[in-house]
Amino acid sequence: MASLITCPHCGVRPKEEFAIRGDASRGRPEPMDSDEAWHDYVYVRANPRGRTQEHWHHVAGCRRFLVVERDTATHEVYSVVDAAEFALRATR
Amino acid sequence: MRYSAFSIVRNALSGNLNWKPQWRQPQPKSHYDVIIIGGGGHGLSTAYYLAKEFGVKNVAVLEKGYLGSGNVGRNTTIVRSNYMLPGNEPFYEFSMKLWEGLEQDLNYNVMLSQRGVIMLYHSDAQRDAYVRRGNAMWMEGVAAELIEREQLKKMIPFLNYDHARYPILGGLLQRRAGTARHDAVAWGYARGADRHGVDIIEHCEVTGIRRENGVVTGVETTKGFIGCGKLALAAAGNSSRVGEMADLKLPLESHVLQAFVTEGLKPCIDHVIVYGGGHFYISQSDKGGLVFGAEIDGYSSYAQRGNLATAEHVMEEGVTMIPGLSRVRVLRAWGGVMDMSMDGSPIIDRTSIDNLYLNCGWCYGGFKATPASGYCFAHLIARNDTHPVARALRLDRFARGYAVDEAGAGPQPNLH
Ligand SMILES: Cc1cc2nc3c(=O)[nH]c(=O)nc-3n(C[C@H](O)[C@H](O)[C@H](O)COP(=O)(O)OP(=O)(O)OC[C@H]3O[C@@H](n4cnc5c(N)ncnc54)[C@H](O)[C@@H]3O)c2cc1C
Ligand SMILES: [Zn+2]
Repeated sequence: MASLITCPHCGVRPKEEFAIRGDASRGRPEPMDSDEAWHDYVYVRANPRGRTQEHWHHVAGCRRFLVVERDTATHEVYSVVDAAEFALRATR
Repeated sequence: MRYSAFSIVRNALSGNLNWKPQWRQPQPKSHYDVIIIGGGGHGLSTAYYLAKEFGVKNVAVLEKGYLGSGNVGRNTTIVRSNYMLPGNEPFYEFSMKLWEGLEQDLNYNVMLSQRGVIMLYHSDAQRDAYVRRGNAMWMEGVAAELIEREQLKKMIPFLNYDHARYPILGGLLQRRAGTARHDAVAWGYARGADRHGVDIIEHCEVTGIRRENGVVTGVETTKGFIGCGKLALAAAGNSSRVGEMADLKLPLESHVLQAFVTEGLKPCIDHVIVYGGGHFYISQSDKGGLVFGAEIDGYSSYAQRGNLATAEHVMEEGVTMIPGLSRVRVLRAWGGVMDMSMDGSPIIDRTSIDNLYLNCGWCYGGFKATPASGYCFAHLIARNDTHPVARALRLDRFARGYAVDEAGAGPQPNLH
């Protein structure tokens, strides 16, 4: 359940220790990309019902940014990885 | 169905077995001038005003569950027009005025109770912010009163005035604000719309939006294809899902908001009281239960239930404000799915598709907007023209740089 998050650094921790930033699935546009690209990045959300990837910041723990993959309808958590690890995987 | 003292007596004598349904259960026709997706407060009020005020009577409201199964039947019933920003306040005041005439208009008791909403402040800075908000309200012609601590103590003696971290220094009061019976609002609008010929079709989920040559021709539903001239979306927490059927990219995130009700007590809380140290708010229903809630759960969700950590947090806030609350037993808790927008304000607008209209982004505050939302949306659908009080609530405001952000939190929906 999303009430408990298994931080790869700190172990199982309650959700109150985290600040949730939101959608982690899209990359930040380049500075000179179009206004539309920036508008979509800043304001538009896919808002899926089901699987989603989000940035969770472990503010009251290791202070690392994590990527939590979970289900927005069942609240099941599938995986939690460090955001750096997530980015590496994406570029690999 | 009409009601009178006489009908109550007559039906009581016949064992209450002969009450008639308040609206028909029609089968869908093959085509409507306007189809509205979502039989919540906003879909129903839109249908009502379309038929009554704008003469568009060939209308269907499609609801996937039973009428009122969404947020209109889950909210904590607060109605108020104490917003600060010029883009919001005229809209909410228009709604407040419609509330004040709604029972006469619908000939239906929606139990509007203008008991006053008071928002507490706990620091000098917060007092300044509320003075500013009160002045902004006055500038739109809406009365606001600053109640200082000593006066407040006489009004509401049981608050925790001397809390070390959040002492209560006073509050901003809107006397005309209050509560209304949420179910009755849905039923009243449904009955009114039905009488004007609107087909309300329950248990009819829209599963697809059919388009030809760039315009909507109708919707696929669990009851088959239904054609339409215009399509209006009023699906609240499911707006992104329904919008996706027409490839709309929306500035929304769905979040769950919880609410709670206690055992019935004798009358003790006369107002709606809003805590300034968090989002906690409380009122007492006519049955005696204390109805309260606070912030959304924090992570995006389509589940109509919340997590225990938030429930605990809400209770803690409540007891901080009213220590006596710790002695009261909670009977029920539930959740609803909020269509949180990127600036915390709603959207009533046309879309990139000519005959597709959008109503969403109500966050945790759309109940109070039910009359104005329906009226302005009906205005837009019927005339293809934005109602003057909804001008700031356009979909393209983010791209144009005119977000209407009351909380000043930026595009981070879980902070609004
Ligand atoms: C716990 C809680 C407390 C709240 N407190 C307040 C408050 O005190 N004051 C206030 O102003 N606001 C409050 N709100 C917010 C308010 O309830 C909502 O903003 C408002 O009800 C949303 O508009 P609606 O009534 O049309 O939504 P809903 O009643 O949710 O209507 C949308 C409908 O669309 C239907 N639908 C969705 N998808 C489809 C589909 N594919 N096909 C057919 N039908 C579909 C849904 O079943 C639903 O019935 C609260 C909300 C919650 C959950
Ligand atoms: Zn950690």
